[in-house]
Amino acid sequence: MSAAKPIMEAEDVVKRFGRLEVLKGVSLDVAAGEVVCIIGPSGSGKTTFIRCINHLEKIDGGRIEVNGHLIGYRERNGKLVEDTEANIARQRAEIGMVFQRFNLFPHMTALENVIEAPVQVRGVRKQIAAAEGEALLARVGLADKRDVYPGKLSGGQQQRVAIARALAMKPALMLFDEPTSALDPEVIGEVLDVMKALAFEFGTTMIVVTHEMGFAREVADRVVMMDDGRIIEVGTPEHFFADPREERTKRFLSKIL
Amino acid sequence: MLAAVDWHILWQRIFHPDHVFFLALWRTIYISVLAQLLGVALGLVAALMRMSRFGVLRVLSGAYVLVFRGTPLIVQIFFVYFGANLLFGFTLIPRSVNFGLFQMDGAAFAGILALGINEGAYMREIIRAGIDAVDRGQMEAAKSLGMHYRVAMRRIILPQATRFIVPPLGNEFNNMMKTSSLVFFIGVTELFGDAEIRYSTTFKPVEYFLAVAFWYLVLTTVWSVIQAQIERKLAVSERGDELTFRERVFNAWAPVATWGRGLAR
Repeated sequence: MSAAKPIMEAEDVVKRFGRLEVLKGVSLDVAAGEVVCIIGPSGSGKTTFIRCINHLEKIDGGRIEVNGHLIGYRERNGKLVEDTEANIARQRAEIGMVFQRFNLFPHMTALENVIEAPVQVRGVRKQIAAAEGEALLARVGLADKRDVYPGKLSGGQQQRVAIARALAMKPALMLFDEPTSALDPEVIGEVLDVMKALAFEFGTTMIVVTHEMGFAREVADRVVMMDDGRIIEVGTPEHFFADPREERTKRFLSKIL
Repeated sequence: MLAAVDWHILWQRIFHPDHVFFLALWRTIYISVLAQLLGVALGLVAALMRMSRFGVLRVLSGAYVLVFRGTPLIVQIFFVYFGANLLFGFTLIPRSVNFGLFQMDGAAFAGILALGINEGAYMREIIRAGIDAVDRGQMEAAKSLGMHYRVAMRRIILPQATRFIVPPLGNEFNNMMKTSSLVFFIGVTELFGDAEIRYSTTFKPVEYFLAVAFWYLVLTTVWSVIQAQIERKLAVSERGDELTFRERVFNAWAPVATWGRGLAR
């Protein structure tokens, strides 16, 4: 464990949908600059877990801190109560999220998508935001698509714009929720390349829910295996792909590799 | 039997209408337009209240719809015109209203108010359905970027909901132009009132009511052409061409603006 305080600390997080317990006490620390890939069968709670990290889902137990801020809740008399909308929004602005289905704003061009939050949330002047936005689009290889609407972009291009849009808020932590699952096979590579560049060139802290084992092996500092609402194994990619400890992990990897 | 019809009157009413008629036509238009605008505004507020996390606002919104959809419009019109001042104890409905550009009497003002409030109850459902039709991921993406609910609504959700709201809104306005004839019963001489008054002095119902039906048909037909234009433009915009969203919305409404300027002249 490094001495520095982790960027993200999750402690015994519990989440229920009605009577179904989808997270049964999940704890995970992520250090600055670290890339953590979360793998596991569908329904294991991995997507729910990262949605809890930016409070798109409320949690029923435990606590999550990002950058030292308790996410979504305030402590009052030793109990956690839901935070104000303004505070939650401020916390979310520190956390970038990339969705499986991109969720670009269809009524805005690529550049407008990227500068919307800096302008509306941070109050950045439009010209400045546009200059930064263009640089971000260039970084994801889409400088020439700045005035194109999402409807005219391929899935891979849309996802790269979505990554640029999240980066525009200069987040301390980036969450990726199965960023390539909705893509055609031939464009998965271009999105993964952008993510690799983020990890290797910019040292971005990332938590990635993915089924791309090649990516996990190449980029992840740690791999987290979830099953049935719990983290059942954590380790380096080498450990995972050479000699996983848990029987459940072995079975999962043998199916997916 | 047809010989009893004075075709000349019908001809005159259609091809050579007098200025009294035009004033009546103008009243129908501005009453419908203003009532519809009021309805959209109230419907939007009520729709947002309906989705609020505060129970009181949701209940108020529900009560509004319950009352105004559940009682006859003509009762509401009479109630606003004759009852509002007495109920509230101050002059809600003045004798005449001066909007600078034009003046209207209290009855027309009351009519607009009643029609608009009634319309708001129907618009609430349309606007709510439009908002619901926007992909849930849009609100999540906006929130994940740190936007407040209000900003996300205004910048992300409502612009997209417009596309779902405009077609039924057009139908509502078509209805509004016809329904506005009810304000004749509180003494506003709009299109129908004009015909009714002429009929009652001449006892020539066929000529006058046929003519006024023709004019309503003109209004609704012109509107349906404009509506089709707007919908076509909005459909194009969703596919994404080279214009900005603002320009596209402006273009979509340009024929209305031109038409409006033509009438004002």
